Order: sequence, then C-alpha cells, then structure tokens
Amino acid sequence: MITILAQAGGSFFRHRSNKPSCVEDNGICPSWAIHHLDRYWPRLWEHVQLVLISTVIGFAIAFALALLAHRRRWLVPPITNVTGILYTIPSVAAFFLLLPITGRGTLTAVIALASYTLLIFFRNIIDGLDGVPAEAVDAGRGMGFTDRQLLWRVELPLAIPTILAGLRIALTTTVGLAALAFFAGAGGLGEALNSQKEFQTNVIVAGGMCVVLAAVLDASVLLGQRLLTPWSKARSPA
Amino acid sequence: MDRSSAPGGPLLVNSTNTAQPEGPSPHPKAATLELRHVSKRYPGTDRPAITDLSLEVPAGDICVLVGPSGCGKTTAMRLVNRMIELSGGDILLDGSSIRERRPAELRRHIGYAIQQIGLFPHQTVADNIATVPRLLGWDKDRIRARVDELIALIGLDPELVRRRYPGQLSGGQAQRVGVARALAADPPLLLMDEPFGAIDPINRMNLQNEFLRLQNELRKTVVFVTHDIDEAIKMGDRIAVLKEGGVLAQYAPPAELLMRPADEFVAGFVGADAALKRLALGRVSEVKLRPAPEIRDGEPPAAARERARDAGLPYPLLVDEAGRPSAWLRDGGEQAPVLHLAPDEVLRNALDGLLRSEVQYAAVLNGDGRARGVLSVGAIHDFLASEEQG
Repeated sequence: MITILAQAGGSFFRHRSNKPSCVEDNGICPSWAIHHLDRYWPRLWEHVQLVLISTVIGFAIAFALALLAHRRRWLVPPITNVTGILYTIPSVAAFFLLLPITGRGTLTAVIALASYTLLIFFRNIIDGLDGVPAEAVDAGRGMGFTDRQLLWRVELPLAIPTILAGLRIALTTTVGLAALAFFAGAGGLGEALNSQKEFQTNVIVAGGMCVVLAAVLDASVLLGQRLLTPWSKARSPA
Repeated sequence: MDRSSAPGGPLLVNSTNTAQPEGPSPHPKAATLELRHVSKRYPGTDRPAITDLSLEVPAGDICVLVGPSGCGKTTAMRLVNRMIELSGGDILLDGSSIRERRPAELRRHIGYAIQQIGLFPHQTVADNIATVPRLLGWDKDRIRARVDELIALIGLDPELVRRRYPGQLSGGQAQRVGVARALAADPPLLLMDEPFGAIDPINRMNLQNEFLRLQNELRKTVVFVTHDIDEAIKMGDRIAVLKEGGVLAQYAPPAELLMRPADEFVAGFVGADAALKRLALGRVSEVKLRPAPEIRDGEPPAAARERARDAGLPYPLLVDEAGRPSAWLRDGGEQAPVLHLAPDEVLRNALDGLLRSEVQYAAVLNGDGRARGVLSVGAIHDFLASEEQG
C-alpha cells in the first residue's frame, strides 16, 4: 500500500516535470484519461445495456412469479429455494456453464445476470405485498374491488417502496457483476478494464465509471420513488 | 334507473321493495334485510360459528349485533356482503337473495366500515371517499361534488382535508372519513364493525352522536357490530344479543331488552344497572304524571292540601300570577324549592335531580312555564314496572 502511494506520489511529481512519462511509468494520468475517454463510451454503453436488459428481464420474471405465489402461498418456499440456488452460483461459473448452450455473447451474460436478480426481486415483491396493511385489503374487498383491482390499485401501489428497495439492490449488484460479463464475451466496462489491467489509469477510469453508473442508477430509482409515493413522506401529527 | 334497487336476481319481489328508484324522495332509499335460518360452519371445526340465526331489519333501522367476543357477531355481519360465505340458510336484501349476486358487485351496493378503518394510505382523502363511486363508473364531476358533500357532511372542511393523506389525519378524522367512504355511493345498507372502537371515550361519544344525527337525515338500514352493551343501547333501534356459537339470545328494541331480558345470559350481559340504562333512553314525557295540586299565593291552603293528598303528593304547589310553579308549600307554611323539568328531559337525569332535591317531587313544565304535572320517584318506578310486565 505504502509503495503504491509512493509510486503514485512519485509519478505525480514526474508527471509535472515530464508529461509523456506518466503513461510509461504507469501513473495516474488525468490528461491521458481525458484524451482517451472516447474508447470508453462504447464499453459504458454496453455495460448500461447489460444492466438494464438483465434487470428488466429479471424483474419481469420475478414479478410474474411473485404474483403467482401471492395468492398461492405454498409456492413461496420452492420459488425462494430455486432462485436462492441461482443466486449462490458464482457468476463466472454461470458464464462458463452457459457457454456451451448459448455461446459467447450478450445472451449468455444477460441470462446469468438476470437470474441473479430473481431472488432479490422475488423476495422484495413478496415482502412488499405482505406488508400491505390487512385492514386496507379488507376494506378494499369489502367495498367491492375484485382480486385484480385490489392487486393493482391497493396492494401493488402500497408495495412500491419495498419493491423499489429491491430494485436498488438489484441494480447496484448487477452493475458490479456485469463487469465480469467479458468472460462471456459480452463486453462492458469489464472488457475495457481487463484489456489493460496493468495500467492504473485505465483501471481507475473503467472502475470509476462502474461506480458512477451504480450511483446514478441508484439515485434515479430514489428520485422515482419520491415521485411515485408522495404519501410516504406526507405524515404529520394532526 | 338506479342499479342498486334492481339487484341481479329476478325482479319478482318489487312489492316488498321500499326503495323508490324514480323521482325525488324525502329520504334516500334504504333496504330491508332478512336473515333466514343462517348458519356458518368452518371446515375442520366441531362447533358452528353461527347457528340458525334468523332476524329481520326493517328499512331505515339500526340493528346492533352485540355479544361477548367469539359470539360470531362479526361473522354474522360479514355473511351479509359475502365476505364470508353462508353454510346454510339465506340472506335477503330487499327480498332478493344475496346468493344470486356476484360478491364484488353486491359489495359495491353495501356500505362497509371497519374498526381499523382501512383507509388506503397511498390515496388522498378525496380518492379514498371516491372508491366506490369510481368502481360504479360515476363521471368525474359527479364524484367531485359527492366527495365535497360527504366531507362537509362529516363535519370537516373540504378545502383543508380533500388532498390530505390518511397519515396526516387524527384518529377521529380518519374514522369520520371511513364513514364518509362507506356512505359515498349512497348505499341502501351499511355494515359497520366496531366503527368507533379504536378511539378515546370522548371522541367516541362525539362520533356516536354525529352518526346518530347523520342517520336521522339519511335513514339507512345499518348493521352495527359492537361488544359494548352501552354503545348497543345508544345506537340501536333493535339489538340482537348473540351468545357463543352464534346463537341468537334475544332480538328486541333496547328498552325491551333491558326491562325484559329473555334469559340469564341476556340479563347478565346487559348488567346490574339495566333499569338505569333504560332510564337513560326514556324521556320525562313517557311517564304518567300526577296532577299538580296548584295553589296561588294568598289562597286558603286547606282545599289545595286536600287535592295534594288525593294525588298522593305531600304538599300543594305554589304558583305565581302567571301560573308558573315557584315552591312547595310545606304544612307549617314555609316554602321548599321546586325542581323544574322539561318534558323532553332524559329520565335518568330527572331521577338524579329528584334524588338530590329537598322535596323528591318535580314540576314538569310546558313550553309556557305552567305545570303539566308532577314527577316522582314512585311514578318512575311505576313506569319501569309496567314495562317489565310488557
């Protein structure tokens, strides 16, 4: 650690005195990063696509499973177990296991990443629906909502905060895991990172983009939640 | 044409329909409700939750289901809107069976208010109240007008409350909104399960009074569930006392329930102070008064004393020039203060006044201030005794 800092400090000073030597010395080179940002944009875009497609597919599947299990409670344990097993398979192993079936490419990565999100989404949707006040459900049914109307107008809206909490975890996790998608030949920021993994500036730029992407996605879900659930902050002792 | 007065079943029973679907009526429609040999048994239990329950609720009456916990009163109420399905017997709403209507459709025409209120936390007060009108497909302007009308009806300010979320209401306000929501589509029948249960006693009394005032205008048929006999006596036109297993112990108006309990169970349930509870329901005007032996100042007292004795009263009643009672005239000529009562005074309060006054007789006054007659503890006793015999 100390040697790395020393190196960084050293390269910093040399960088000031002798610009071209920063890259050669494997230093942290902001000007290089700024001049070579173009090469990262396609990778970032791939990464965003991987994350969004996987999350959307994972959410859709988990949502369908959760709605199925919501009225048939006995389905909850088996679905939790199966998605739990998918969740525990190391992602790199999942990529390699899928390669012979789906081949190298985005499809393989998306299948693996989406299956990772299933457990997170499923549990949060079920928890969210379970957390809906029983008396609101009883009142809704007693006023003449059908099961479907009750689900879409009362239960799901009230489950939104818990569901979105799951979405935040799933997005952040997937941004991290998608950095390994290059093993499946799906590109992404991991590809950029891996291509010059000895070059510190490259590692910092690619890794930094992952962190920023995760933060931006997280913040946008948080903003979405504010807009979708105006009631949750509207509380005052009357 | 109003759908609620033309239920999904066959239209053979219109003669018993008290609703007036066409033309303005002084009172909004109310439905008759009849439970016929209703029973409910849950699978896997050895004892039924409801056993052969039959009762009729006339249109516009409040029927209170009361009993100890586990007596099936909430179950009985929830059978009416098919939140729980019947095992046997039938329930008729305006003469037609609830079995013939789809549960969700049936419920939209029956108001529903529960103890925990169950307002939707994610919807504003206005949206909560608009729930059933929206399910029934009312247009926006009609819903908006109805929502404001109801908020005003429950004594809140539409401007202030309309856009609030339930989390921003006090307990009492939330209960009121719950009642407004149940009334939104003007249903002919209202089911209320301990609607004022989760509220402190003072607020609870206010809510009860407000609801009775509302009911005076609306004249809905109401099924009201409570475990509190005092609330039952206060709210009910008729009270059904249930005992364990959903067995009907007695179904009667409050006064009859108090003065002529059907069995030991009912007597025990109404409590040791049944007579005082009965007096809380009665007015002075219901009691047979004795004639007032009036005497004017300066008149010779002998004849008046004679009349007082004949009426069973100890002293003549001294009246002023306008004929208004001013005092009792004791035998020695000195005066004792006289208690004045209005004919619509509650009997329980009148008895309290009698017991605390120097002479335990009171002058009941007409609007003009003159004596209508004399009320005594004995007269109240006779009143209660006549009811005990029926």
